[in-house]
Amino acid sequence: MSEQKIRKINVRVANPKPHRASSDHPVLSVENLHTSFITDSGEVKAVNGVSFNLDAGKILGVVGESGSGKSVTAYSILQILDQNGSIVEGDIKFKGKSLLEYSQKELDAFRGNNCSIIFQDPMTSLNPVFTVGYQMNEALKLHTKYNTTQLANERSRQLLEMVGVNEPEKRLKQYPFELSGGMRQRVMIAMALACEPDILIADEPTTALDVTIQAQILELMKDLQKELGMAIILVTHDLGVIASMCDEIIVMYGGRVCERGTAEDIFYRPAHEYTKGLLKSIPNADNMKERLVPIAGTPINLLNMPKGCAFCPRCENALKICLEEVPEELQMPDGHFAACWMNLRNEYVKEHGKEVS
Amino acid sequence: MADYEYLVEVNDLQMHFPVKTGFFKKTPLKAVDGVSFNIKPGETLGLVGESGCGKTTVGRTLLHLYEPTGGTFKFKGEEVTSKNIGRLRKEMQMVFQDPYSSLNPRMTVEDIIGEPLDVHHLYESKEDRREQVLHLMELVGLNAEHATRYAHEFSGGQRQRIGIARALAVHPSFIVCDEPVSALDVSIQAQVINMFEELQEKLGVTYLFIAHDLLVVHHISDRIAVMYLGRIVEIADADELNENPIHPYTLSLLSAVCVPDPIKAKANKRIILEGDVPSPLNMPSGCPFRTRCRYATEQCAQEAPSLTDRGNGHMVACWNK
Repeated sequence: MSEQKIRKINVRVANPKPHRASSDHPVLSVENLHTSFITDSGEVKAVNGVSFNLDAGKILGVVGESGSGKSVTAYSILQILDQNGSIVEGDIKFKGKSLLEYSQKELDAFRGNNCSIIFQDPMTSLNPVFTVGYQMNEALKLHTKYNTTQLANERSRQLLEMVGVNEPEKRLKQYPFELSGGMRQRVMIAMALACEPDILIADEPTTALDVTIQAQILELMKDLQKELGMAIILVTHDLGVIASMCDEIIVMYGGRVCERGTAEDIFYRPAHEYTKGLLKSIPNADNMKERLVPIAGTPINLLNMPKGCAFCPRCENALKICLEEVPEELQMPDGHFAACWMNLRNEYVKEHGKEVS
Repeated sequence: MADYEYLVEVNDLQMHFPVKTGFFKKTPLKAVDGVSFNIKPGETLGLVGESGCGKTTVGRTLLHLYEPTGGTFKFKGEEVTSKNIGRLRKEMQMVFQDPYSSLNPRMTVEDIIGEPLDVHHLYESKEDRREQVLHLMELVGLNAEHATRYAHEFSGGQRQRIGIARALAVHPSFIVCDEPVSALDVSIQAQVINMFEELQEKLGVTYLFIAHDLLVVHHISDRIAVMYLGRIVEIADADELNENPIHPYTLSLLSAVCVPDPIKAKANKRIILEGDVPSPLNMPSGCPFRTRCRYATEQCAQEAPSLTDRGNGHMVACWNK
């Protein structure tokens, strides 16, 4: 399809309506976020224009492969990027106020009080030389009214009980290495919940765990979310976890959002070639006897981003324009959004009743 | 060679590691404690279980990477001992979990894949070796130009392909695959799973497929064995096990799987197991699962149940179900 034709259609679909599910006052809004890392081999553009709104009390799933920029998006929100990384463009607003304009003091208060994170690997994110109790008290003393050791100890014990750790008193005196993987992850969750944040970011919270422990942790997170009413950003590569947990889903590839919508939209009516491929490539109850349909090629190299759509080198149905231009987000008939030229092409074919070259 | 119905016959396999628990005291860690199973030629047996249940140890013990402390393992009707394992490794190979640490970073791909050929003297000349290596690379979907590169130049999926080519070099009839896809990205997993299936069709190899992802195991396996604390608790046809699980542990394991389908996933009632897996150093008496089982009775504490046939080769080790 010629670029001119595409542009013509594009005018019609620009300025899409706001997503039906997002309210006017999101607790967190990320606008056109660009995050880059400067390395010896060049600038790594990890996040290239990600926007989303997070409403209070919702679970937002961010799904993508390694290198899709999902963790970096999470770290950008908390501004805990590595030294060589920085937000080069865009804005992150918490309750309407830009986080990028926060002073160091305000940021310290934001982390913990308003937003906290559960890291992927509980072994490397807990300090091995301090007891569990000491590490939990640290956050409590800094951010909450439990500012004496005695009060903090009592609160830590309550928190551990809440997340289902048995013998909490004993655990407080133990070191992380004395706990099992599931226990450690519970301690991480208890620490993240210590200050009752508005937003909880869970970065692959169950990837390092067994399925039975994963089920325990996911149930726990759901229950706590209902109880405390916080918003959760769940970052993971596991589509199964996303399907069972999330209200809203963002699919990321190459640092961009490919598709966003409700769980039903994404799983039953995928509109981006990457999402379609991803769903076909995982085993589920219906394709046990069939060959899986893998996505060809290898994940993207962020040092060498393609000019057009990031997924284009691996896409079966890539058009000429995919090589040249980054697709814009387009609203599907059912209301969810996808950034794929194929949808425009199909629209065009439907309207004009003929195939375009 | 004797006639055989099963390519692999494992009987009461035991692997106990001595662990220092005091200054002089040593306690046996029963990583594998009385495991028996058979695999027919050309079949895939999936082995699932939580981490620490001994599934990797089973795979390694079969290849005598650990010397088993008890039980027998017959391969093609011939008992495998430390004496004949050198010869039999030409027939049995292994693909490891982590494609990042199982390839020597100082060797080129050609040397990595060619090493088993060197060990078993399987070529006549340098040209022959190179030809065989290139053929293997083609088989697993690598380009000939990759032969001179080093492992670090490849992505995870490609490295796993190198590992598979290395295992295939000696034309084995049995391959132990120890979590071969768990370190890979979702979109790459499907490529590697498909390759395993294609190679089986083409070369007729038999797999012992060890993994913790039940959906992947269900997809690739003909039969599945479920392990808990060093023992097999249930073994059945892949579809039979998924549709009609009997052992309470299998039930909770299957209910814990996150199905990639929002309506089914939200309707799924998970059977949450209380507590953690007991330490294998301090195993509960009788049935190892009884401490977390809601059907546990007095009998479970006294005597460990053995596998009994519940029809159509569906074997379960449980007193109450």
